[in-house]
Amino acid sequence: MSSIRRTLEGSVLRDIALTCLAVLFIGLSYGAIAVASGFPLWVPAAQSVLVLAGASEFLFIGIVAAGGNPFAAALAGLLVNSRHLPYGLALPPGVTGRGWRRVFGTHLMNDESVVFALAQEDLPRKRAAYLACGIGVLICWPGGAVLGALIGSAVHDTNAFGLDAMFPAVILALIVPELRERVTMRAALVGAAVALIATPFLPAGLPVLLALAAVLLLLRAAPGDREPGGVPRGDHQPQAAP
Amino acid sequence: MKDTTLVVAGMATLAAGTYAFRLSGQLLRARISFPPRVTKLLEGAAVILLAALVATTALTQGHGFSGVARPVGVLIGGVLAWRKAPFLVVVIAAAGVTAGLRLLGVP
Repeated sequence: MSSIRRTLEGSVLRDIALTCLAVLFIGLSYGAIAVASGFPLWVPAAQSVLVLAGASEFLFIGIVAAGGNPFAAALAGLLVNSRHLPYGLALPPGVTGRGWRRVFGTHLMNDESVVFALAQEDLPRKRAAYLACGIGVLICWPGGAVLGALIGSAVHDTNAFGLDAMFPAVILALIVPELRERVTMRAALVGAAVALIATPFLPAGLPVLLALAAVLLLLRAAPGDREPGGVPRGDHQPQAAP
Repeated sequence: MKDTTLVVAGMATLAAGTYAFRLSGQLLRARISFPPRVTKLLEGAAVILLAALVATTALTQGHGFSGVARPVGVLIGGVLAWRKAPFLVVVIAAAGVTAGLRLLGVP
């Protein structure tokens, strides 16, 4: 942990701590809702550690509580969590750790840890931010869930405190620097619109994946600058040669 | 809770499958060497996913509309973030505005 403190700036660490605090509050409502739906404490406790992906856990609890088949609930949850595959593609190799450490580091992948990793400049900082946020969430999400399950009805109406606005606000605040690039902003807006239009018609999780179609806007955006990886630019501009 | 064994099996499926998703993207990335342009595209794809996640969690509940209070709170948080307000201010403003609107009877 001391190496994390040395690698990351104080402001980044503070933002990570606040994000984890928000996760703790959301965990409170998760635990409370789980026991209110008739689940024993160990269900949200075990799930928050082993699945460690909030939205899918809410969905699982909701479907099973409504009398649905647990396997159907697991499949619905997996659909929601399928976005972790493109997350893994977006992270530079080594961010989640190397060798056996990656077995643990992989489990720490979530919306928050990915967005903090992407925001850092170099690999050591990306890795430190990913780890710090991932471990923080690993503590705060189950901690909040267990606390919420214990307090139960006392925190039942967490919506009254506006806690449901915290998760989208946290993620939005974290992607704002990326959105200042106009091309990314346009693609993000189109992706968000696609997801919203699809939400009434498709099962949870799919609309967000459908938003990936907006990547096409990034593809078309910069036809001129393809020199770094593809064909050397010189080949396209023979007239530039003397 | 009806059938404990079945629920545990469902939980195990969700946990194992989620881990597989977390791992497979990384494995794919390690196998194939992407040109920098594609790497940038993949990062852009992650931002699009996150933006779609913000939109759906702010505006929808299940398959319907979430009500006005939550998206307004998130929007105000977003405007503050755009104007470079501190992170804490953004998050508290979003929750506070949403809670305040509900207190006033806005759904």
